[in-house]
Amino acid sequence: MGSAGIGRFDSSTLPNYLLDGAYDEMFEAPGQPRGHYVPLLETLTSLPGDEIRRRKHSADLSFLNQGITFTVYGREEGTERIFPYDLLPRIVTSAEWNHVERGLMQRITALNLFLRDIYNEGRILADGIIPPEIVYSCKHFRRQMRGLQVPRNVYIAVVGSDLIRLPSGEFVVLEDNLRVPSGVSYMLTNRRVMKRIFPQLFQRYGVRPIEHYTQALLNTLRSLAPEGRAEPTIVLLSPGVFNSAYFEHAYLARQMGIELVEGRDLVTHDNVVYMRTTTGLRRVDVIYRRVDDDFIDPLAFRGDSVLGVAGLFNAYRAGNVTLANAFGTGVADDKALYAYVPKIVKYYLDQDPILNNLETYLLNDAVQRDHVLQNLDRLVVKAVGESGGYGMLIGPHSTAEQREEFRRRIVADPRNYIAQPTISFSRAPCFIDDTLEARHVDLRPYVLFGDKVTIVPGGLTRVALRRGSLVVNSSQGGGSKDTWVLNQ
Amino acid sequence: MLSRVADNLYWMSRYLERAEHTARILDVNLNLMLDESAAGVDRRWQRVLAALGNPADLAWGGDAYQIAHVLTFDASNRSSITSCITGARENARQVREEISSEQWQRLNQLFHEVGHYNLAENLDALPSEFLLNVIEGVHLFQGVTDSTMSHGEGWHFIQVGRYIERASATANLLNLYHREFWGQAGSVPEGNEYLEWVGLLRSCTAFEAYCKAYTADLNPDRILEFLLLNPEFPHAVRYSIDCLQAALDAIHGEGGKRRAAPLTRLAGRLQASLGFGQISEILSEDVGSYLQGILDQCRDIHTTIYQLYINYSIQTALAG
Repeated sequence: MGSAGIGRFDSSTLPNYLLDGAYDEMFEAPGQPRGHYVPLLETLTSLPGDEIRRRKHSADLSFLNQGITFTVYGREEGTERIFPYDLLPRIVTSAEWNHVERGLMQRITALNLFLRDIYNEGRILADGIIPPEIVYSCKHFRRQMRGLQVPRNVYIAVVGSDLIRLPSGEFVVLEDNLRVPSGVSYMLTNRRVMKRIFPQLFQRYGVRPIEHYTQALLNTLRSLAPEGRAEPTIVLLSPGVFNSAYFEHAYLARQMGIELVEGRDLVTHDNVVYMRTTTGLRRVDVIYRRVDDDFIDPLAFRGDSVLGVAGLFNAYRAGNVTLANAFGTGVADDKALYAYVPKIVKYYLDQDPILNNLETYLLNDAVQRDHVLQNLDRLVVKAVGESGGYGMLIGPHSTAEQREEFRRRIVADPRNYIAQPTISFSRAPCFIDDTLEARHVDLRPYVLFGDKVTIVPGGLTRVALRRGSLVVNSSQGGGSKDTWVLNQ
Repeated sequence: MLSRVADNLYWMSRYLERAEHTARILDVNLNLMLDESAAGVDRRWQRVLAALGNPADLAWGGDAYQIAHVLTFDASNRSSITSCITGARENARQVREEISSEQWQRLNQLFHEVGHYNLAENLDALPSEFLLNVIEGVHLFQGVTDSTMSHGEGWHFIQVGRYIERASATANLLNLYHREFWGQAGSVPEGNEYLEWVGLLRSCTAFEAYCKAYTADLNPDRILEFLLLNPEFPHAVRYSIDCLQAALDAIHGEGGKRRAAPLTRLAGRLQASLGFGQISEILSEDVGSYLQGILDQCRDIHTTIYQLYINYSIQTALAG
């Protein structure tokens, strides 16, 4: 298939399609599309320009009418916006996916063993593999979890790890989200909209399905129910309607057919959790919680929280209710601990990591810190406890003033920061202003861990929609696109 | 169903019913005002304020349009139509997974229409068009609710909210008119007084229905009978209480009858008093206190619903 077949969308005729050192998902070289993108390009070429625009419009409308929105804080009460998305799918071959899937299974299994270990015997600390101070100084470490047995020894039932692709095309893990990862509802609704917009193309490609995610999530939660609760009552605990992910909470609860509850709907009595219903109190066995540790129980954690349920932690300790994820899992996605994950994999599984980490400098090490401070303009600095693209310095895009600010902060509290090389991670074609442009993308697959590990093929591909931007978070101008994992 | 969800559905429905009622009363009275003297205007608007429960921060100052504007658009006044619709939407927003998307879209649309109405552009005109839009919007929402939502527990809580609000509003209006105009029972009203009785009927959308039943012969006793005891007219107190009772029955049906005994007794007694009462008996005694009694019973029913389904203490629930 030569470049003749792709006419209008040949890279040489796309003035804004940037091809440089970064891995491009679609083009191997200028004018040479990768094999698995050819059918997409052919379809785009065969459609008149305004037909693509029309489909884009119809997708917009579909998102809006289904209320697939996120809440924007500020000015007007209850402002809701549709989550920006891109019309073109990101395509992953089955060989690429198999590698990613094996890598994630290995990594999640090891991280779960690590959590069990540090909250019990602490072998990995005693053996000197990880400095204890890294673990104990982490603000997400919960000493309340010491010595507690969790059902099936599963701490992290729902995980979303962020992967990026290096210029070589290799997938590496950028970070693990082990607390309350979000975005899966966009993965599911993106797919539903895409199937309506490109039905023939979808069929021609042979895409692996993802629609069973909610069923798998429900089974995972059910498998973690306390002993002796054969027909467990499962609920989703949301901070409420003002949370930016409220749409997702409502969506998942509805898809699973479970109650969407808020803290004020739950009460504990004699270490049993109940929800208030019109027919009286009903016992709750499993809570899929979308509230952070800090806010979930004013008796055990932050006393000023009004979102939580007083006494929940004691009920959990007593084994009368399961929370997914467990408390204190944030210690394993701390950005400083991230640097040790390859060692964690090696230690518990005696295997080499299938998915590599990005090179990471730990700033409480004097040698590494000096190196970082001298090269702030070339590195990315991140605060270890932050997420959502906040508390971050991107060296090459920063001003001298910002670098000075971060230098001060690093010197004041080195444990709180890490640094990584600035990676120009892979770009994928996006439909922008009626033509194709390349934008940076990452990939967040969702891993479920109950009686078995389930990963639905694909995940959420997040896109940095602003030209040149490396930040994919929706709070900072990011969007998403559907991810197609192919059968062959 | 979660207690919080029942609470939200109940108030969503009550707020909408209240918005509709307020809109209709304003429309009717702005219209009737055109035909009368200054003294009449004073009495009328004081009565309107009383019919709406004498909203806080709002006293009759002599300007009917100013009052009407506050009661329509002022988002800082909790009795205004705008506030009621915002309240209904806020309640609906918290239970979006419980109501149909058609319901949500309909309510959301009404909310945006109300919020974006350009007051400056329409300042000279009567807000009549706006008021009719509100009434129509609420009617559409009710239609969509009945035809797209499962008629399960949630729907019954919506019914409860609507009819308890409606029964109270009608009883309250009757009470006010009774106090003011029932001087000469049996006489045939003329002139301005005739218009007042038309106003009362129209405030309950009852003028046409009344004429069908009794002809256009407006007789205060018959009006009272019609608005109080008619079993078929949707804004009559009896009809509203029948619907309320049916909805409560359906709700206990799902939750066990024994626990609901106090509520069954309260609502059943009110229903029986309206169902078996005769207008001649009611008229021979103190009508005012009879009407006040209905209002008190509605309030008790509300409180009992809350004790039973929403705000119950953990101890009672565990003992039950």
